[in-house]
Amino acid sequence: MSDVAERVKKIVVEHLGVDEDKVVEGASFIDDLGADSLDTVELVMAFEEEFGIEIPDDAAEKIQSFGDAVNFISANQ
Amino acid sequence: MFDLTGKNALVTGASGGIGGEIAKTLHAAGATVGLSGTRVEPLEALAAELGERVHVLPCNLGDAEAVEALPKQAVEAMGSVDILVNNAGITRDNLFMRMSDEEWAQVLEINLTSTFRLCRGVLRPMMKARWGRIINVGSIVGSTGNPGQGNYAAAKAGLVGMSKSLAYEVANRGITVNAIAPGFIATAMTDKLNDKQKEAILTQIPAGRMGNPEEIAAAALYLASAEAGYVTGTTLHVNGGMAML
Repeated sequence: MSDVAERVKKIVVEHLGVDEDKVVEGASFIDDLGADSLDTVELVMAFEEEFGIEIPDDAAEKIQSFGDAVNFISANQ
Repeated sequence: MFDLTGKNALVTGASGGIGGEIAKTLHAAGATVGLSGTRVEPLEALAAELGERVHVLPCNLGDAEAVEALPKQAVEAMGSVDILVNNAGITRDNLFMRMSDEEWAQVLEINLTSTFRLCRGVLRPMMKARWGRIINVGSIVGSTGNPGQGNYAAAKAGLVGMSKSLAYEVANRGITVNAIAPGFIATAMTDKLNDKQKEAILTQIPAGRMGNPEEIAAAALYLASAEAGYVTGTTLHVNGGMAML
């Protein structure tokens, strides 16, 4: 697993309080990991901070799963 | 009770009667206060009176960019904004039939839209801190209406709906959002009324007198406190019984 994926996973596990093995490529934050819509906003905020990037609102809306987050951050770092 | 030591509060309209008193009261409870307002002189004077733990942060709430910048300036000055008191407000009274689009728009912009922007601006740090207090100062006329104040009443009623919606969204993040609805309070704003108008108002107030800014500030202190952590989405009416809501 890439460094980005490891760091994203750590944030997701900490923030949503889920088991690490549930955080897989296609895991949807809301449907699979029990996040509410505000959690997804907070996750994006945490990603921005961790990776020192800015994620615009229209991009943030598309980050629905663990895989989406890793792909977006990898492409925009 | 109601100890705000270590908390940072941003108060808009701190150059006015109610806002200044709210700032003083939060400061006396131990908070660091950021005083915002359009007129710098009264802010500086209040800052000098309070001495330490105080920052002057002038802002024209009619200027969207300046409003966006204010929460950031407050965080830079104080380190965080734990308590936001949206107290600033203007009136542009006119009979409904004569009210211009401009009078309508100005009052909505300053009293409602700027409050929305400031609330949005402080949410991110409050969510991260898992603690926050937002207090929006409304008005009795938001509930009762008032001839000549269609714009003001609309803005103040809007504030309540906005506060409730936001309160829903952030309640499980330790952030409370409440409104205070003052009745007739003796300030520069109500000084403009003539004696006859004042007399007419007094007949409608069971308490038989106007309120004073300290009585609004006390409500703000309560809502800002840790003790009020289970109070959210509510409107605290401070009006001498003028409207029992």
